Amino acid sequence: MEIVVGSLLNGLVYGMLLFMLASGLTLIFSMMGVLNFAHASIYMLGAYFAYEISRWAGFVPALILAPILCGAIGAAIEIWGLRRVHHNGHIAELLFTFGLVFIIQRGLQMIWGMLPMPYRVPPALDFALFTMYGANFPAYRGFMLLVSAGMLLAIYLLLKKTRIGLIIQAALTHPNMVSALGHNVPVVFTTVFAGGCLLAGLAGVIGGNYLTTESSMADAMGPIVFVVVVFGGLGSLGGCFVASIIMGMIQTFAVVFDYTLGDLLVPLGVSVGGDNLLGEILTVPMARIGPLLPYAMMILMLLFRPRGLLGTRDT
Amino acid sequence: MPIIKHLLAVATMLSCFALPVAAEDTIKIGYVDPLSGTFAQQGDASLKHFAFLIDRVNAAGGALGRKFEIVPYDSKLQPAEALIALKDITDRNISFIMHCAGSNVAAALIDGVAKHNARNPDHRVLYLNCGALASDLTNDKCDFWHFRFDANTGMRAETLVRGLPKTLKSVYLINQDYLFGQTLQRETKEYLAKLRPDIKIVGEELIPLGKVKDFSPYVTKVQSAGAEALITGNWGPDLNLMMKAAADAGANLQYYTYLSHVVGGATSVGAMGENRLHTVTEFHPNVPSEQNSAAGEEFVTSWRKDHDFDLFQMNNYVLLKMLAAAIDKAGSTDPYKVALALEDSKTTDPLGHEYIMRKEDHQMLEPLYAAQFVRGVKHDSEKTGFGWKTETVVEAAQLAQPTTCKMKRPAS
Amino acid sequence: MSEATPATVAIGAKPMGRAWLWWGALLLLALVLPWMFYDWTTGRHSGFMISMLSQAGMMVIFALSYNMLMGQAGLLSFCHAVFFGMGGYTVIHLLSSIGAGDIGIPMEVVPLFGGLAGLGMAIVFGYMATKQRATAFAMITMGIGELLATASVMFHHFFGGEGGITTDRMIDRSLFGLTYAQGIQVYYLIIGWTVISVVGMYFLTQTPLGRMANACRDNFERAQFVGYDPKIVRFVQFALSGLFAGIGGGLYAITYEIVTFDAMAGPLSANALLMAYIGGTTVFAGPILGAVLITVLQSGVSLLSNSWLVYVGVLFITMVTFVPTGLAGIVMAHGPIHKAGQLGRLTVPYLRLLVPGVALLLGFIGLVELLSFLTIGAAQGKKLSLFGAPIDVNAFQPWAIVAVCVLGGAGWLRIESKAFNRVWEQVTADVKARELLR
Repeated sequence: MEIVVGSLLNGLVYGMLLFMLASGLTLIFSMMGVLNFAHASIYMLGAYFAYEISRWAGFVPALILAPILCGAIGAAIEIWGLRRVHHNGHIAELLFTFGLVFIIQRGLQMIWGMLPMPYRVPPALDFALFTMYGANFPAYRGFMLLVSAGMLLAIYLLLKKTRIGLIIQAALTHPNMVSALGHNVPVVFTTVFAGGCLLAGLAGVIGGNYLTTESSMADAMGPIVFVVVVFGGLGSLGGCFVASIIMGMIQTFAVVFDYTLGDLLVPLGVSVGGDNLLGEILTVPMARIGPLLPYAMMILMLLFRPRGLLGTRDT
Repeated sequence: MPIIKHLLAVATMLSCFALPVAAEDTIKIGYVDPLSGTFAQQGDASLKHFAFLIDRVNAAGGALGRKFEIVPYDSKLQPAEALIALKDITDRNISFIMHCAGSNVAAALIDGVAKHNARNPDHRVLYLNCGALASDLTNDKCDFWHFRFDANTGMRAETLVRGLPKTLKSVYLINQDYLFGQTLQRETKEYLAKLRPDIKIVGEELIPLGKVKDFSPYVTKVQSAGAEALITGNWGPDLNLMMKAAADAGANLQYYTYLSHVVGGATSVGAMGENRLHTVTEFHPNVPSEQNSAAGEEFVTSWRKDHDFDLFQMNNYVLLKMLAAAIDKAGSTDPYKVALALEDSKTTDPLGHEYIMRKEDHQMLEPLYAAQFVRGVKHDSEKTGFGWKTETVVEAAQLAQPTTCKMKRPAS
Repeated sequence: MSEATPATVAIGAKPMGRAWLWWGALLLLALVLPWMFYDWTTGRHSGFMISMLSQAGMMVIFALSYNMLMGQAGLLSFCHAVFFGMGGYTVIHLLSSIGAGDIGIPMEVVPLFGGLAGLGMAIVFGYMATKQRATAFAMITMGIGELLATASVMFHHFFGGEGGITTDRMIDRSLFGLTYAQGIQVYYLIIGWTVISVVGMYFLTQTPLGRMANACRDNFERAQFVGYDPKIVRFVQFALSGLFAGIGGGLYAITYEIVTFDAMAGPLSANALLMAYIGGTTVFAGPILGAVLITVLQSGVSLLSNSWLVYVGVLFITMVTFVPTGLAGIVMAHGPIHKAGQLGRLTVPYLRLLVPGVALLLGFIGLVELLSFLTIGAAQGKKLSLFGAPIDVNAFQPWAIVAVCVLGGAGWLRIESKAFNRVWEQVTADVKARELLR
């Protein structure tokens, strides 16, 4: 029981962090069709900015300024980069973001050096919120949940209640129709890209001290975010949210349930072991395959339901 | 749009930057390690160590009246790239190739060097391993042309187990799922069974390398298994995130690690490691003051003038010193003669500890320190206010573990 | 990825005689190149050059096979390295078996088995992935790539974990009595297989399959109306590209005598994409240019500068922004002008572009090197020098020079490129008018 409740909470926190990253990407990806490989690099930039700002001005200014900086960088990338590349096709845009990944990583190393940054949770949030079955639930995790929930609410209100939100929403599902109606689609694109980068930056501020801030932090986050977006379905923030939580839960619970494929065969009267490739595959515990499950699930989803969980159109 | 011309210009321009600086006759050592990309900080740290250490050895006269010079190559932590670098090193008639990070690259280099020497007996090359630790490399995979100047995983596991407090009753093992982590997992268990049968292993885990972002579920597992300590070979984010998750959950654990002393470790662990973090290292900045060695202290303080991370690769000073002595003894830089001279050679570090290059498997025996991360030591690490304090010293001679090496020795 | 890639130059349309001449010259160059770096004083080949050329050879196969998907079928794949790696692992195991005397296969045929392994894998995974197209296809392949790359570190029996699997290529079985001890012999083996693969892939583009792949890329609904099932076309194209990638992987195994998980991992798949795109996906020979260029960048430039990733990044961004048709696209654009005898008119404008271009480039390189030296290189004990003269990075002067180079070069280049564009449009208009008159 304690493991289940603990894991549910852990899964929720991790899922929410994924959501913060993926929500921005889902907007960009669904609307512009850009496979933005640099999204995780913006997340990394957010963490580095937050570290630098919090050194001089404290955590609260960092929480506000760093995402705005990232948003500004996003707008610059869109206006001077992607927009020019746009007419060369989606693969060109993808390669453009690919190039950005290299430049941002090496650029960060040049400015901040190769060592990890001592970016830490602010002391005001560094205490145990409550204790459950002998394990602490740190206040910072509560804060993360709060910020991501607030973000979800803000995006929801922005999309449902404002005019630009309605246009963006329409552009998510019917981009051609929106431009046919005479809306300035490039400006919408810039807004969306900058907004997506802002969200990624926010995720960096929150995630940088929860996880680690270093020049390799983008590498591992990159692909998993795509998985979340595709699994949730294009054009659906709700799907993205559900997918993030599912992925968070899966990775958490895979660690806890220590079964192997071979164990499943035991009731059938088959026992495996043995020193060969098949035996090796069957005796790998779930915990070790855990990080692979999202990819397998994404493949299955795309094969049988290409529009994703709650998507509005086929991927 | 003259892209091709641009590229030609890139090539010419870059070659200007790379123009060999030193025209004097030096003994060159090709140094292959990751210098770009994600793992660049490892190569960067080693390169800084060598820049510092080589000045010392050169000031002491180098070898044969010539000075040493490091020629760096970027391995990108990929075996194929390291082998391409090996080709360039042999092209330039450099007799020594040195490499520190990554047992996978080391395995490829051992193999590549052996084949190169067999096929090109007229310009052979000697492989100086300065930090690829998997014990296999001097056991089943051992080779005449490979010398390892650092304690292998088996020696480190033994030191770690010897350093465990007598009161400890239960441990949990977590390692990364690749050659190095798997080797450590196996050897830690082996030495626990041999030296400390009273300690119970309540659980063990292999985690995918660099893929886990949230370690809380692992911590939940460790806590519910009732472990008092974690033994881990994790490094980088995998160590840091694990300790963060444990600290967040308020877990009362001791961490016995193998690699938390390397560059960046202290910064990322910080206060949460106080009195909890332990490591096994070949050296740390507080060793000289603990042992009252003025020569050692001078070494450490002059390093700290220019660097904001710890001097810990004392083994690489010994490497250069031993190599210089062997070249002097052989009277040339011919790899075969130098290899013979290196075998069974002995030398000391500035503190007077003895290092022995074992002939049967080309594994150097070196003293190892089990140390704890505490406040209030003489030299703190990476300006964190915390630093390493020795708990146990194991001298080189005590770590002469048996080897399964059956070395094939070339006739000449 | 919901749109088809832009309309492309018809791949097959070329004057036969001229083209063969060019291909012949290229092959001759490939055969002679190692001897240009031969050291006559010691009687030795340059091992580094041979390694790099060998690497370029197998990358040519790899990039071309990738272009069977991207350029010819409009499929964006992120798991192409899986087939390359699978070919590599298979050949490693095969070489060990031959060496142990279990099987008797001559070395010259061995890469083919790598190809068959690639084909097998591509059949299995292609069956899944080619059910979908466009973005869904891309994401499935990304998943497959991640799954297999991680599995290859996990399962030791076949993949050998992160240490990889090694073998000895001196198996003493050869159709020509060669030992393959020296790199030069392996290089010629690679050239042989590269020629076979290039010819094979070229003729595939001429078959109905190749044409249907183009059709499905450009408009898969119409292709369907003609009576072909686009899924099957995609599947066969995918499987065959796996075959050639596997051959490339087999050659990799023979060259390095070791295969590790890197040969299956994401970065290599990404490399295939980059090579094909930079070279130009719309022209059959494009990826060849891209493969050679990227190999030289990775092996050559990385010897000279640790900031090579920045250069690669900037190169990609420049290419996708200004030269979307790739290197081959530029060359092809000059074709009609050359035929009309108007190439001379472009010489002066090109030269005028060159001056600010070089200034900008040198300034940029200087800036990157100065910066990275200041923060990273200095403490590594390196010395920065230009033409043997040391440079003081803390002085004002070098920074001012590079700043002037970058800003001045960029501004000047902008002006010149506008002028160039005017001339270019005029020339192309003239050429078109001439063709119409004829």
